[in-house]
Amino acid sequence: MSALTSTDLADRRRAVQVVGIGATALLAAGMLGFLALYWAQDLPVARELYAAFRAMGRGVDAALGTNVFRHPFMWQSLSTGVLVGVVAPLVGVFLVHREMALIGETLAHTAFAGVAVGLLVTSTTGWSGSLLLVALVVGIAGALGVQWLTEHTDAYGDVPIAIMLSGSFAVGTLIISYGRGLTGINVEGYLFGNLAVVTVEGARLMGVLSVVVVAAILLTYKPLLFITFDEQAARVAQLDVTGYNALLVVLTAVVVVGAMQVLGVILVAAMLVVPVAAASQVARSFREATRLSVLFGQLSVLGGFALAIRLGLPTGGSIVVVAIAIYLGAIALAGSSTRALSTHG
Amino acid sequence: MSRAEPRPRSKRAKRSDARSHTNTVPPVVEITDVTFAYGDTPAVSDVSLTVEAGDFLGLVGPNGSGKTTLLHLMLGLLTPDEGAVELFGEPVDAFDDGGRIGYVSQKATSQGGSMPVTVRECVTMGRYAHVGRGRLTDADRDAVDDALETVGIVDLAGRMLAELSGGQKQRAYIARALASDADLLALDEPTVGVDAESRDAFYALLDGLNDDGITIVLIEHDIGVVTDRASRVACINTELYHHGDTASFVESDALAEAYGTTGQVVHHHH
Repeated sequence: MSALTSTDLADRRRAVQVVGIGATALLAAGMLGFLALYWAQDLPVARELYAAFRAMGRGVDAALGTNVFRHPFMWQSLSTGVLVGVVAPLVGVFLVHREMALIGETLAHTAFAGVAVGLLVTSTTGWSGSLLLVALVVGIAGALGVQWLTEHTDAYGDVPIAIMLSGSFAVGTLIISYGRGLTGINVEGYLFGNLAVVTVEGARLMGVLSVVVVAAILLTYKPLLFITFDEQAARVAQLDVTGYNALLVVLTAVVVVGAMQVLGVILVAAMLVVPVAAASQVARSFREATRLSVLFGQLSVLGGFALAIRLGLPTGGSIVVVAIAIYLGAIALAGSSTRALSTHG
Repeated sequence: MSRAEPRPRSKRAKRSDARSHTNTVPPVVEITDVTFAYGDTPAVSDVSLTVEAGDFLGLVGPNGSGKTTLLHLMLGLLTPDEGAVELFGEPVDAFDDGGRIGYVSQKATSQGGSMPVTVRECVTMGRYAHVGRGRLTDADRDAVDDALETVGIVDLAGRMLAELSGGQKQRAYIARALASDADLLALDEPTVGVDAESRDAFYALLDGLNDDGITIVLIEHDIGVVTDRASRVACINTELYHHGDTASFVESDALAEAYGTTGQVVHHHH
């Protein structure tokens, strides 16, 4: 142990993270592949690939003694979850360090109002568009509203945001109770998150949204980091701070709408915040914080799904409980390494 | 402790040099009849001020006198209610060469900063004004290394900013400005919470940078530092009480007038 220099340790640490991120990327790509195959299952080549995938699912079930992986709807939920585990912490790492965590919560409630509007529209007009698409439009409008509020009030003063949070939830509940006689759709699924609530369109939407979010973050990592770290200096450096802020809240709305299906409105913000908080306990650089956030997010989703499937619990609560367990573990780890440092140094 | 050696002071000659070229080189900052109010409370009233290339301007005034507001107006962070601001000869709202200005805000340095960011990550942000969203090249990385070396914190590059002392943090922020090839360094009370020894070393570093031709605008509550280091002084309390070279400021009554009603002058060095 004493032969290891601190550079060796840092290299090893980095290697573990890179392998973890690689595995996560492969998993996410696999899930996107499933969504694509499911979509294209009537096309010649895809049909055979899809059949092979289903056979593999039955094999997994047989090996584990479960009744889960043979069902396409389970794979839809799983892929949505895995993708949420990638994109939510990726956006969250900027939100948390800008102390904008409450905005995630607010946009979740705005998106809930969006779901309510969607329910009303589909039940009264018979238009069969996706509920989530309506929620996405309302969520993005809400995001830009929040952005406008923060620009035109004291910097991130949280009072207008808190009003927006409860206001949009209030409107959502009113619309839902007004429309209750008109529709039989289960709203609880959207409140608490449920495996069964993930629809075919919902999973596909999540697939498309995650590609958009990951691409946007990769493209704008540098300016987002600068603005997160020192907004005034970024302004002086002539970065388009208002534009990037708007991008960040819109991406948050996008993630929230996608993640709402498995996590539920009430818990969706946890996925933006908790893995990032855990990562920040142990990270030694922002790049590392970003990598660890995604890793912890993914572990929370997979652990939460395992818990939910095994015990028949709602996914939202399970995922958040696992995420918080990881957070507590990270605090303990950070505490013990600080002690080690202070006793040795 | 790594610390940049104070360089010989040759700036007086250099500066008069720069001043005589005002016809060809536009001033770094030119403020004309600028007024700014927060609601009904005037913060800056009818101020005109010019910062020439190579100046080391100390901006002094009592607490709440509008120093930070004036600096924000200079940098385009605030838009004046009346009057005009030009940066490097361009109206400030049309100015887009962000790499030419290095800004260290009061907030940046006083916040503990729980955000996990390394010194190198912080200094590299200085290059973002140039590369935008694009990739960093070897030249960008060299600029970062040079900046770290100039301020004497190469050995801290991998450390987290949050773990550094106040003086080390200041150096990291200065390095960020240097990495962006800034011609103008704007500093808002950079040594609040920094111990006396590190503070002297820090101001020696600023002197050296100024000798190399970097223009500095410094807000500092310690008048002694300003009269020791700055070549020119602007003394404001909403209105401009004095703007000129340091010697004439020391001889004038501007200080007493500006501070007159509002309180205590901090004057450690005299």
